[in-house]
Amino acid sequence: MYNGWKIIIGIIIFAALVTAPFLLSGGKVVAKPDPKIDTPEIQKLPENERKCVESKEFMKTEHMKLLNDWRDSVVREGNRIYIGAGGKNYDMSLQNTCMKCHSNKKKFCDECHNYAAVKPYCWDCHIEPKEKET
Amino acid sequence: MSINRREFLKIAGISTILAIGGMSATNVLKRNWLDASQVLPDPKALIGKKWAMVVNMTKFKTEYDYKRVINACHRIHNVPDIGNPKREIKWIWEETFEHAFPGQEHEYMGENIKHQPFLVLCNHCDNPACVRVCPTKATYKRSDGIVMMDMHRCIGCRFCMAACPFGARSFNWINPRPFIKEENKEFPTRMKGVVEKCTFCYERLAKGLKPACVEESNGGLIFGDLEDPESDVRKVLHSSYTIRRKPELGTQPKVYYIIT
Repeated sequence: MYNGWKIIIGIIIFAALVTAPFLLSGGKVVAKPDPKIDTPEIQKLPENERKCVESKEFMKTEHMKLLNDWRDSVVREGNRIYIGAGGKNYDMSLQNTCMKCHSNKKKFCDECHNYAAVKPYCWDCHIEPKEKET
Repeated sequence: MSINRREFLKIAGISTILAIGGMSATNVLKRNWLDASQVLPDPKALIGKKWAMVVNMTKFKTEYDYKRVINACHRIHNVPDIGNPKREIKWIWEETFEHAFPGQEHEYMGENIKHQPFLVLCNHCDNPACVRVCPTKATYKRSDGIVMMDMHRCIGCRFCMAACPFGARSFNWINPRPFIKEENKEFPTRMKGVVEKCTFCYERLAKGLKPACVEESNGGLIFGDLEDPESDVRKVLHSSYTIRRKPELGTQPKVYYIIT
């Protein structure tokens, strides 16, 4: 093989570079996100009222679409009341409805968003609830 | 043209596969659709067809009368006080007569009018120039006549600022958050790179409240529906002589002024 040793060294360097991220992390498993919904505001509610506007499963997978729909409904159409799964009426507002219960943005929003590396720009304008530094 | 048994079976087979495939594909896609959710306007909301305002300048006598109105608006809407006039953000502010009503001033005008500050704000024009030029429909006219801003859509091109003949729009050159003295937690702020202006307190109308400036003005500002002959604005427009800013431009401003 012409210049065989150069090629082999090249291949070794290439392989080292490609596998470095995996080798360096040492097979460490990144902790699974563990969003918390045990805010004082929610704890204060009686047991039968501890419900979100829709079911937990729905909110887990579809909250981003729900929020998009809410935004268009409120800003563009002027409809502010949402009739939830249980027939209860809610004011469609991220700041004044969602975050009044889920006052723990760090553990509720950021936990999964950081894990999934998504950066929603809600908080550029909407004011996040004050949290105690932990 | 006839087909034999073999051709027929081929076509039938392919159609069946396509149909089943198509159905499962739509099922997968459909899972991402929200069921028709039910939304309603707030039953308490003030409903109008053409909101308008009358500014009765005779009710504004002291500096405090102006400050009270301006501060009420800027406080609840998280309008920053940047200090630098090149970067300032304003929703409602003071202007001299010759700037508010150019062409109407003359050299023999009384000192009181020449130097009296006039309260100016977005005119919520019936034929808004800003809406025509907005490339993203971030600013648009609602069915009740309010010229609204949808901050989610604003790309900060500032066409609207060039189009508005009243200077009613401000651009956020810098992040406004550090300049807000006391945040109103019920209302969002804005971010760097968007244009903002008065929205006739659409968020208060939706709850059945009149705009904040009107509430604080002690009768100096009158708010109501132009299409309703019994409304406060119509009564005032009927009984007093009023002028508008730059009516010759044809934007049909809906803020009227009683000068004396």
